[in-house]
Amino acid sequence: MSIGIAPPITVAMPEPRAGVSLWSDAWKRLRRNRAAVIAAWFLIVVAVISFAAPWIPGLGDPTVQNLKLGATPPSAAHWFGTDDLGRDIFARVVYGGRISLLVGIVATLVSLLIGVSYGATAGYLGGKWDLFLMRIVDILDSLPYIFLVILLLVFFSKSLLMLFIALGLVQWLTMARIVRGQVLSLKNQTFVEAARALGASDRSIIFRHLVPNTLGPVIVYTTLTVPAVILQEAFLSFLGLGVQPPAASWGTLVSDGARVIALFPWLVIFPGVALSLTLLCFNFLGDGLRDALDPSERKEGV
Amino acid sequence: MVTFLIRRILLIIPTLWVIATVTFFMMRLAPGGPFRAEREIPAAARAQLMHSYGLDRPLGQQYLSFLGHAVTLDFGVSYKYPGRQVREIIFEAFPVSLELGAWALLVAVLVGVPIGVLAAVRRNTWIDFSAMGLALAGVSIPNFVLGPVLVLALSLTLFMFPPALWQGPASRVLPVLTLSATYLAYIARLTRAGMLDVLRQDFIRTARAKGLSEATVVLKHGLRLGFLPVVSYLGPAAARIIMGSIVVETIFAVPGLGRYLVNAAFNRDYTLVLGSVLFYSLFLIVLNLLVDVAYTKLDPRVEMK
Repeated sequence: MSIGIAPPITVAMPEPRAGVSLWSDAWKRLRRNRAAVIAAWFLIVVAVISFAAPWIPGLGDPTVQNLKLGATPPSAAHWFGTDDLGRDIFARVVYGGRISLLVGIVATLVSLLIGVSYGATAGYLGGKWDLFLMRIVDILDSLPYIFLVILLLVFFSKSLLMLFIALGLVQWLTMARIVRGQVLSLKNQTFVEAARALGASDRSIIFRHLVPNTLGPVIVYTTLTVPAVILQEAFLSFLGLGVQPPAASWGTLVSDGARVIALFPWLVIFPGVALSLTLLCFNFLGDGLRDALDPSERKEGV
Repeated sequence: MVTFLIRRILLIIPTLWVIATVTFFMMRLAPGGPFRAEREIPAAARAQLMHSYGLDRPLGQQYLSFLGHAVTLDFGVSYKYPGRQVREIIFEAFPVSLELGAWALLVAVLVGVPIGVLAAVRRNTWIDFSAMGLALAGVSIPNFVLGPVLVLALSLTLFMFPPALWQGPASRVLPVLTLSATYLAYIARLTRAGMLDVLRQDFIRTARAKGLSEATVVLKHGLRLGFLPVVSYLGPAAARIIMGSIVVETIFAVPGLGRYLVNAAFNRDYTLVLGSVLFYSLFLIVLNLLVDVAYTKLDPRVEMK
């Protein structure tokens, strides 16, 4: 047996693979989730129609009354029928969606801004500061905040701005908890130490190094916050505290329709279905995103 | 355990104080007042009214006197319902809300848990899919949409139940059903997820290996742990049921505290608002405490700290 130099290995090495980042992996998983994809498309269509409403030809003005016409059931001319003032319900549902979605998105952004900065700061500072900041969150969380929102809206103003603030203010607590938990587990890792060694300030460590790494759970929770806010806005509008006439959100439409449901049921059905389907799709999308971004935490069903 | 309870009970006081203070000053700083209603009242008459309710005193003095009386659950007289003590209104209206909420929660647990268990045991069959599809719809349909639709279908078309009011057992069906739907659906989803988690574990395999019947394994060994997420959800659920009951009471004209609270806020009935907000808050805080205690009893791994 001669000992020679081993011939060069000719076994074909596998092609060098492109690294799979968390995001492209998650994207792939999300696209395989049929319910989430359908939900996403539905939401995109609803959003585009709602926000493009003023430029859609043939879509009437939702506030134009036609008292001679009065309430008519759905027909070819008025797909969703008309209300007792002769207003086209399709147009009202489309414009209502505009307000509902706007409230949902803006209030969620408010809560995102407060929750992420607060939670990241608490988690990063740790110790006494963390204890103090999170105790405040605990106390706020135990408040029956919905009463405070009702009072805030009744006593101050029923403006859209107040609605954004009131809803955003009550939604940031969970976000703060989530981000704090993430930051707590991240802050002792080497990349943070490296950043500190390079002379990064606390602020830049929090917002440039830690926060971007918490994006996964934040995105998931954001997707689930939007429908929660839309639901709360609808709830407040139902009580007469939300959007004020002549503007109307889905909640206002359902509220108005509920009073005359025995006579004109379509006034409740169409906005109710639009609202419910939108909430359903957000929930599907949120579930799908959670499964896609965090397969290890995959919880079935909930 | 005892120190935990004491600390939690002591924490109730500052929490209630914060709520009372925020609510008090929010109402007083807001423009408008209880006697600036539809028609103009002569200035002298209003001054007389303000005086008789003590509203002309300095704000600090009013605040202190309010706090002093609130400790004994004395919130004064309602402005909107003259001559009626706020306490009296609360004690009359709250049991109605409590009954509505308790029935709704009971229905949600008694129907939601079996559905969840069934879906978990028959995982990935049509039973599972239809149960969970229904549950997701239940979570997504708001109660103020469901309520009117139920009224339309069961009351105005089929004449099965009265469409409103709170008189007799039949009148309770629709409000309870409307209020419980969301929680029923969510509890079914929670139970299914909890059961799937538990049924995978080793002690379940051991129980099966011992030759226990499938029913004993699932219901006795599995459900005890699989039920935990539901228990911890009951606290927040009760809190949200209160919010939901405001709507349901409005839809069905149920004379509960939620409806009084909303009307009182609209009417600037300061004393009634303060009284009902504080009363609700106390109720919620105590409820959450009870849920935490129940949780430790069910799961020995959780320690009270």
